[in-house]
Amino acid sequence: MDPGYDPEMPLGRPLQGLDGIEGAASGLPSDRLVLRRFVLRSLRRSPTFLTGAGILLFWIVMAAVSTHLTKFGPDSIDPYHTLAGPSGLHWFGTDENGRDVLSRTLAGARTVLVIAPLATLLCLLMGGTIGLIAGFFKGYADEILMRFVDVLLSLPVIIAAIVIVTVLGHSLPNIILTIAILFTAPVARTIRSAVVSEREKEYVQAARLRGEHAPYIMGAEILPNILGPIIVEGTVRLGYAVFTAATLSFLGFGLTAPSPDWGLTISNDYQYIQGSWWTVLFPAMALASLVVGANLLADGLRKALEE
Amino acid sequence: MTRLIVRRLLFIIPTLLVVSLLIFVMEEIVPGDVGREILGPYAPAAQVAALDHTLGADKPIVQRYIDWLGGFLTLHWGESPISQQPVFSLTMQRLWNSAQLAALALVIIIPTSIVLGVIAALRRDGIADRIITIASLSLTVVPEFVSGAVLILLFAITLRLFPYPPTIPPGAGPLTRIHYMLLPVIPLMFVELGYIARMARAGMIDALAMPYVRTATLKGLSRRRVILVHALRNALVPTVTVIGTQVGWLLGGLVVVEKLFIYPGIGYLMYQSATLKDVKVLEATVLVIAAIYMFSNLAADVIVALLNPRVRFGR
Repeated sequence: MDPGYDPEMPLGRPLQGLDGIEGAASGLPSDRLVLRRFVLRSLRRSPTFLTGAGILLFWIVMAAVSTHLTKFGPDSIDPYHTLAGPSGLHWFGTDENGRDVLSRTLAGARTVLVIAPLATLLCLLMGGTIGLIAGFFKGYADEILMRFVDVLLSLPVIIAAIVIVTVLGHSLPNIILTIAILFTAPVARTIRSAVVSEREKEYVQAARLRGEHAPYIMGAEILPNILGPIIVEGTVRLGYAVFTAATLSFLGFGLTAPSPDWGLTISNDYQYIQGSWWTVLFPAMALASLVVGANLLADGLRKALEE
Repeated sequence: MTRLIVRRLLFIIPTLLVVSLLIFVMEEIVPGDVGREILGPYAPAAQVAALDHTLGADKPIVQRYIDWLGGFLTLHWGESPISQQPVFSLTMQRLWNSAQLAALALVIIIPTSIVLGVIAALRRDGIADRIITIASLSLTVVPEFVSGAVLILLFAITLRLFPYPPTIPPGAGPLTRIHYMLLPVIPLMFVELGYIARMARAGMIDALAMPYVRTATLKGLSRRRVILVHALRNALVPTVTVIGTQVGWLLGGLVVVEKLFIYPGIGYLMYQSATLKDVKVLEATVLVIAAIYMFSNLAADVIVALLNPRVRFGR
């Protein structure tokens, strides 16, 4: 262990600078490794992060295996029990087609858990590239890219999403693409400001003096040092992506029946809410738990990385 | 100050043009034909073509955009080919309905969230702070239709405190209208609550740590006066900014809430026009919403500048 390493020292980013210089870290645990260990430890102690991660894990497992656990398939119809209340047979009751609400609620995690992470990855990729280029080159590239970002931000997200999905059509890839496009703008802004504060650091200048190419400096030098903000932005966007995907489904611009998607189910069964509350309440609770979980995870992670 | 406004206006106007052009062009790519949409799937092709011709839907796109833009700027927004209503008066009437809903929402949201944020700051790390922070954070991230549906279930159907179905009957008096509008306002409030309360909390904590607050306390002023007169004023600067940016979320939330509560506002109109592919109404509603969004962001920046003497006098 590096004798100079003080485990209580807050390791936000005081150790950069060494990173880019070759050989500086040889024989010692690399700064990034120490940082990672520190972050992991504070994550293990964060109730916010652990609760969020637990909820998310629960839904990931349910999305994967719920159809093997429940008595009924999410699409199987019980014609003798339509809109039946919760009972020993159907724990969460049945919907207007006699489908089991429990099975559908558990299986409903699937669509959101496909759309939101893929949209998040895509927006990180696009926004990250734009942010890196704009922040690194400054000048015209920066000006043009950031005006483009401003235009993307000139409409409220849901409004813009409705317009784009109306044009592209309601397929799963289109919904993912729409959310990714809309979230590219805020990601690009965050990454750009992180890059701007990195680009004047010594390790970047050292790499420039070594005559490295711009893509190498951006990808191999700057990128690893802004992973913190990227991870935080990614988890925050994940929460928003769940929110947006669910809202689009609710508005009827998302998936179509018979998908057990929560937003879609709430939108369809809302008409039965007066007599058959279970058709709406359980998917609503499921969706609420997932968004809250994703946001707790993001919040815990942000705090751990900022410490 | 003037330079700030002029620079922002120089951005807002071209952006609105770009947005209008994008929607216009994108609507062209939409599969589906206006005439077909109106006459239904069984109408003969010749009839559809004739209707397209009378509506001008068969002219070249550039020509139609210029015609439309000229009309739009002179407030001749035409008639919706689907509902046969004049677009301008329809949009403005719906906007007025939404404005009432949004105004009621803001009147409730802003004081509530500021008070909660300030309480959390004063009881920093105490139980009240934790409860306020976690509750407002959780409510903020839940989509409006989820909290809206649960609220309808709880307050309208189970407790019968609010009417169900939640649609305002025609000819209702102002008090009845407000009674109907209170429930839809709550989901909007939830979504805004977390952001505004968090900013108010952070602003208050920062302000309380300032030397001038210590001076005021040492001067012998009461704690109430120190907090309400000295600290709060500066604590609210970041809060005002976030309220300005939250208008965007409010506008997005209106679409969802108005659909859930079947409230005849501009969000519901926009939603309907997108579903029916009523391009004229869609263009009008989206541009009106975009303009309100950008101008409210500008207004927030101006207010922040006015509140901050360094921005007001410097540079």
